[in-house]
Amino acid sequence: MGILEVKGVNKRFGGLQALGDVNLSVAENTVHAIIGPNGAGKSTLLNVLVGKLIPDSGSVMFDGQSVLGRKPHEINQMGISRVFQTPEIFADLSVFENVMIPCFAKRDGAFRMHAIESTHHEKDMAEQAMAMLDDVNMADKRDMIASSMSRGDKRRLEMAMCLVQDPRLLLLDEPTAGMARADTENTIELLKDIRKKRGITMAIIEHDMNVVFSLAERITVLAQGTPLVEDVPEKIKGHPKVREAYLGEAQV
Amino acid sequence: MDALILQLLNGMDKGAAYALIALGLTLIFGTLGVVNFAHGALFMIGAFCAVTMQRILSLSSTVIDETQKDFLGNPLKIEVPYVQSWFGDVAGAAIQDWSVPLSILLVIPVMLFVGWAMERGLIKHFYKRPHADQILVTFGLAIVIGEIIKAFYGANPIQTPSPAALTGSVDLGVGLGFEANTIIYSVWRIVYFFFAAFIIAAVFAFLQFTTFGMVVRAGMADRETVGMLGIDIDKRFTVMFGIAACVAGLAGMMYAPILSPHYNLGMDFLVLSFVVVVVGGMGSLPGAVLAGFVLGIVQSLSSMNEVKAIIPGIDQIIIYLVAIIILLTRPRGLMGRKGVMEE
Amino acid sequence: MLGLNSRDFRLFLIVCALCVFAPILLNPFPVASSLGESFNAGYPALMQRFVIFGLLVIGFNILFGLTGYLSFGHAAFLGVGSFAAVWMFKLLSYNVVPAIILSVVVAGLFSVVIGYIALRRSGIYFSILTLAFAQMMYSIAFSDLVGKLFGTIVTNGETGLQVYNDDPQILMSEGSPTVPHLFGLEMNSAFTWKVGGWEFVFQNGYYLSAIFMILGFYLSIRIFRSPFGMMLRAIKSNQTRMSYTGLDTKPYMLAAFVISGMYAGLAGGLLAAMDPLTGAERMFWTASGEIVVMAILGGVGTLVGPVLGAGVIKYLENIVSKINDSILHNWFAFMPDWLENLMVTVIHPFIGKGWHLTLGLLFMAVVIFLPGGLMQLGEKIATLFGRKKKSDDAKSGATEPAE
Repeated sequence: MGILEVKGVNKRFGGLQALGDVNLSVAENTVHAIIGPNGAGKSTLLNVLVGKLIPDSGSVMFDGQSVLGRKPHEINQMGISRVFQTPEIFADLSVFENVMIPCFAKRDGAFRMHAIESTHHEKDMAEQAMAMLDDVNMADKRDMIASSMSRGDKRRLEMAMCLVQDPRLLLLDEPTAGMARADTENTIELLKDIRKKRGITMAIIEHDMNVVFSLAERITVLAQGTPLVEDVPEKIKGHPKVREAYLGEAQV
Repeated sequence: MDALILQLLNGMDKGAAYALIALGLTLIFGTLGVVNFAHGALFMIGAFCAVTMQRILSLSSTVIDETQKDFLGNPLKIEVPYVQSWFGDVAGAAIQDWSVPLSILLVIPVMLFVGWAMERGLIKHFYKRPHADQILVTFGLAIVIGEIIKAFYGANPIQTPSPAALTGSVDLGVGLGFEANTIIYSVWRIVYFFFAAFIIAAVFAFLQFTTFGMVVRAGMADRETVGMLGIDIDKRFTVMFGIAACVAGLAGMMYAPILSPHYNLGMDFLVLSFVVVVVGGMGSLPGAVLAGFVLGIVQSLSSMNEVKAIIPGIDQIIIYLVAIIILLTRPRGLMGRKGVMEE
Repeated sequence: MLGLNSRDFRLFLIVCALCVFAPILLNPFPVASSLGESFNAGYPALMQRFVIFGLLVIGFNILFGLTGYLSFGHAAFLGVGSFAAVWMFKLLSYNVVPAIILSVVVAGLFSVVIGYIALRRSGIYFSILTLAFAQMMYSIAFSDLVGKLFGTIVTNGETGLQVYNDDPQILMSEGSPTVPHLFGLEMNSAFTWKVGGWEFVFQNGYYLSAIFMILGFYLSIRIFRSPFGMMLRAIKSNQTRMSYTGLDTKPYMLAAFVISGMYAGLAGGLLAAMDPLTGAERMFWTASGEIVVMAILGGVGTLVGPVLGAGVIKYLENIVSKINDSILHNWFAFMPDWLENLMVTVIHPFIGKGWHLTLGLLFMAVVIFLPGGLMQLGEKIATLFGRKKKSDDAKSGATEPAE
């Protein structure tokens, strides 16, 4: 029984079957990659997982509870954090504040009227945030305004914002999309490091095979909205069906 | 029944004015992405063009008529308008009488110029600024225009009569099979309605059938893509701003006989027009027109005595009520598209 | 001190001191001098406006400055507060305490309802929804529609609401004052101190309003420095990330909206307490626009900016509308006649009744050239006069050690 169980999920957009009978199980404490050619339904699946889309049928259970019909903030409070394709951070706030906010969200829940307390008196929160920034080697950038940083640093910051909440599942949506070679390598290193230190369960949606094979412990191949195979990376590499799916794409 | 029809008709000309202003607002918003709080002021400038034309046409030279004496026994001074001395008494008087429709000669160049000056001089610098800044700077501009008008024309409403031939009213009821004198309707309002319909049709035809209009429509749908095609979209948008200004100006000019222009006219119409735009759906031209007429008619219907007997004063707030209800049930407005102003 | 860090506390003390000594500071010229006639601002009616509008804009800034939601209908809450206060005078007595309490409560209730609806939309839709609500409330008040509906008087329409002799005033006893008072302390009574040609007026009403403004200012500092304030800034920055961080944006927004609505209600109550009559024109949308101007001029999202903006606008309004052509002729008397006349002709449209023209131009100039308001101008000037100060400020501002 995995921490995230997707059972028989279907989603149609008009005449297009975006997801057809998707079954997926992400086991606790693994890095599970979901790959597939363009239009395979990866993004649709991700949007279902975070509550942005409601499937036509099927169930999505996280730790025994359904996530369907819940709002993004409720799903986050259940323990699922999400990293976006283009980093979503609080661009006008300082790096430190960017990390403080998820700390408060974790401690105080979706809303708390803490209008009189001073942020600077929240020592526990500050320590947590600083420790996190240390972890991702950004302690020296704590007072920078987030928008003034490089793309790689923004990605790192977003990661830190997710990790500081100690999520039970981290969803990554093409974390290296559009990145330069060096940045991609850095991100892979960062993710490996996080995995080693924290043992967080991750589900990665990725296009870049290099990233997938250096991180994933288990891979699901999606094609035309349906899971083709699911196995360990070594087996996926040479799998005839996978080659077919990707080669098919290459020929087009 | 007859009262209902009368109110429906009454709603038409007001709705037409709302629709015309909202159309211009939407054009500007859709093409330039700018929220123009000074659009009501453009409407007002149009109305004051009509006032100005009337004044120009009545500029007079003083002629001393020796044959007549005033009550002190001095020769009578007679003011003879230049148009009468140039074109003869009859033609001159007719020209003066038709000053409002004739102001079109003044409105179009003035509005094109004002629109061009506004876009190049001010709005251009606000394309990339937040909507809040756009609202604020155009709001400031609206105040300034209103005050300038006040400085030149005073604070009181100025009567601007329509041509004698189009003044007065007709009995529409007879034609529709009602008794005489039940549906009396002002001729000028009918003229206004058809004028507005013509302008609306012209704008839509322009957007539909010309290459220019096609580019603008494409730009409204997706500004960045058109930019990538290498079309000089900005220049076209400047023209678009001028056109929107013209539409507002013409709407104001023709409205002058219905509501005497005063310096706050722009503000009065602006708030309602914005409500109209939002109800129609930000960025939707048909939505703006539809909402304009719907709200005009709703307002008119709610001013019936039968309605007012139940809820006094409802006619003054009905537009806002309808707007609030529509926005809550259809957040994007009647015909709004997804993704426009969602953030 | 008082839960503020040293820098904020210094700021707070400065504002307190300015409020306390305003009657002296704002009267730098002898009463009889021509400069005094034009530029002195230290008389009670004007100083009351400084602090009351300062309070109003402080509240507005909590909404607009922190969350970026531009409300174009804040004057409605001001008006509601005033009406509530005058009704307390009519029903109970001239004591300002129940009046002020009710004005805050009523404005709070209105802002809960309006905020709940308007906050379902964001951006320009939100601005227009608030504008629509405010215009609706203005129309209702201006024609007293509620009163007409129930066959009574609620806002008293165009005439405006005031206290009449036959009002119940059930808490009025024989000797109690017939003007607004605080447990006997009459609002409009003042102590005048004459020194040489100078005259300083210390009025109860002004000081009561100033106390409320100081309290409001203090609360706003606390909110700005609180986790709640940080959340509001986060909403302005990125709502998507906000919800994917597990935070529900709606209640945060509503709380900010209601707080700023209550500030406006308090300001309205104080206006009524200074002068116990009110009319619908207080709620007109140009009044809402003026609130926005004040916030922008001072510097949106800064602590003292709003107070500064309110002060500058009210001061300019006062002197600009007082100046007339003969005063101008006096000023330019040293010039040759033709130049003097030219100057007067050029300036004439902007003074006296032309105040709104000046306001509109000022408004545009600020939005175009100084989007950060006077606070930004101050910073720019500070950097001109030496880098050191700037870097000092930045350091103490950003790396505030946890005290």
